[in-house]
Amino acid sequence: MSQTGVGVEGLPPARPGEGAPRRALAPLRREPAGRGRAWLSRRSVQQNLAGYVFLIPWLVGFFALTLGPMLASFYLSLTDFELFTPPEWLGFDNYVRLFTDDRRYLRALRVTFTYVLLSVPLKLAFALGIALLLNRGLRGLGLYRSVYYLPSLLGGSVAIAIMWRQVFSREGLVNQILALVGIEGPSWISDPSYALSTLVALAVWQFGAPMVIFLAGLKQIPQELYDAAAVDGAGKLSKFARITVPLLTPIIFFNLLMQMIGAYQAFTSAFVVSGGSGGPADATLFYTLYLYEEGFTNFEMGYASAMAWVLLAIIALSSAVAFLSARHWVHYSDV
Amino acid sequence: MAQAAIDPRAEPRTGAVAASGRWGRLGVHALLLLGAAAMLYPLLWLASSSIKPANLIFSDPSLWPRELDLSNYRRGWEGVAIPFGRFFLNSFVVAGGAVVGNLVACSMAAYAFARIDFKFKRLWFALMLGTIMLPAHATLIPQYILFLNFGWVNSFLPLIVPKFLATDSFFIFLMVQFIRAIPKELDEAAAIDGCGPFAVFWRIILPLMTPALVTTAIFTFIWTYEDFLLPLVYLSDMTKYTVPQGLRLFLASTGESAWGPLMAMSLVSLVPVFVIFFVFQRLLIEGISTTGLKG
Repeated sequence: MSQTGVGVEGLPPARPGEGAPRRALAPLRREPAGRGRAWLSRRSVQQNLAGYVFLIPWLVGFFALTLGPMLASFYLSLTDFELFTPPEWLGFDNYVRLFTDDRRYLRALRVTFTYVLLSVPLKLAFALGIALLLNRGLRGLGLYRSVYYLPSLLGGSVAIAIMWRQVFSREGLVNQILALVGIEGPSWISDPSYALSTLVALAVWQFGAPMVIFLAGLKQIPQELYDAAAVDGAGKLSKFARITVPLLTPIIFFNLLMQMIGAYQAFTSAFVVSGGSGGPADATLFYTLYLYEEGFTNFEMGYASAMAWVLLAIIALSSAVAFLSARHWVHYSDV
Repeated sequence: MAQAAIDPRAEPRTGAVAASGRWGRLGVHALLLLGAAAMLYPLLWLASSSIKPANLIFSDPSLWPRELDLSNYRRGWEGVAIPFGRFFLNSFVVAGGAVVGNLVACSMAAYAFARIDFKFKRLWFALMLGTIMLPAHATLIPQYILFLNFGWVNSFLPLIVPKFLATDSFFIFLMVQFIRAIPKELDEAAAIDGCGPFAVFWRIILPLMTPALVTTAIFTFIWTYEDFLLPLVYLSDMTKYTVPQGLRLFLASTGESAWGPLMAMSLVSLVPVFVIFFVFQRLLIEGISTTGLKG
């Protein structure tokens, strides 16, 4: 799914009130003071009814398209299921096979982890670096921001993946430029040792969206803090290290989480650049690519379901680690 | 902030690390311009390659084509077996349906969560938040089997119907946040005037949440239009292909022989996104800044 994003620091600012209306949540709920405002004043039969009527589409979607399929997927992951024959119970064999008897799977894991570990930090470094440069009150901020943001908007498309294939082909743009300075570039896309790095480069090229979020975060830092620090004789460097960075850590954390979750699920770029194979020599065999191949090319749907659940576990675990580590480096305060 | 006092152009709010003096400022501009050029160069190269004769695409890195060859566009548009116009039509049907679905279903759910008090609301709200980060792959296979049993595979329904069931919960969250910022007194005034929950939704909330609706429409359109995985899974008949599949078909069937037409069609396929970008730039940037939408 392409959408991600939740204001981490501001999940729901306050839970919508439930039960007794004038409880602690009063400031947010602003209950009407008087009586007789029919349905608005308290939870009534009409409110219950209206609530559920408005919620019907979501409830149907939640049970039929999210919760139901998740449970079904777990059941299927415990079976041998090839779509046109009934599932056969296997227990945890699929999971055992993944980790002990499938070298391509282990390869896919390694490729995916490498991709996440390279692309996410690089992307965030560019996003933060350019955001800091842009936050100096330069003229033309809007124009720069748009130009740097544009690739994020286009980057997920097949057209851009095709373009990337061209840019890095043996006679493509990159090698043409290298040739100008007398270097004979390799055949990036078809060389197993370079293919993955071209996909990392494509991800990094799309640093614009986190950059825009960083910029918004930088604008939130109160000027008074810098002024006060200046009065105390703080230099540029110490202002940066003691004000900018700490106050930005919640945004850094948010971007890190979002980009990481997205990177684990990367699919289109690898599919198009490798022609659907994950090649050369499985060098770009992303997790999702292998999952697609097992599920929808080989119709090994039980096995692919097991892969889907392991992916879910990996993403959940990585997020949990991020959240735990956040206690030590993310600075939440109202300064 | 010595500079700020001397240089009237310096904006007061930028504080932290104001560029030191005119030369520092110029240096930063030079750096940013260079970066911007590097970012845009591949796109410009794509544009210039699409109007070059095939033999020049890979021999001449300059952006200005020495010879023009517009036949790439004609040959590309004719496509392999099916003209490209068909793929565009399909993509617009799918993306349009998805936009309508998300607007209707997500706004309904958001109104319920933000404004109505009903039993188990907290539970549903927590579950809704939980699905935001759920990877599509966790439900992909059973959904496929479900839609296969409905006889919907190889139709647009699996790409559109889920949106009418508010499965893009991120947009619900976005709208809930937006509705909470609308003063509740307006609901109350309308209620005193005799509006029920439906009338309040229709006459008060919906008109006031237009910016959130536009943001939702824009991002739904772009993401659906660019999506490759779901059409790849569900659409097997070439006449039903969306634009990304059409491009991929072109790539797979012509191989290295038709780069010119392929580049031309790649560029054409980006035009709707460019148009949205230029028209709604401010909303796009605001949408990302305030909610952390992925671009």
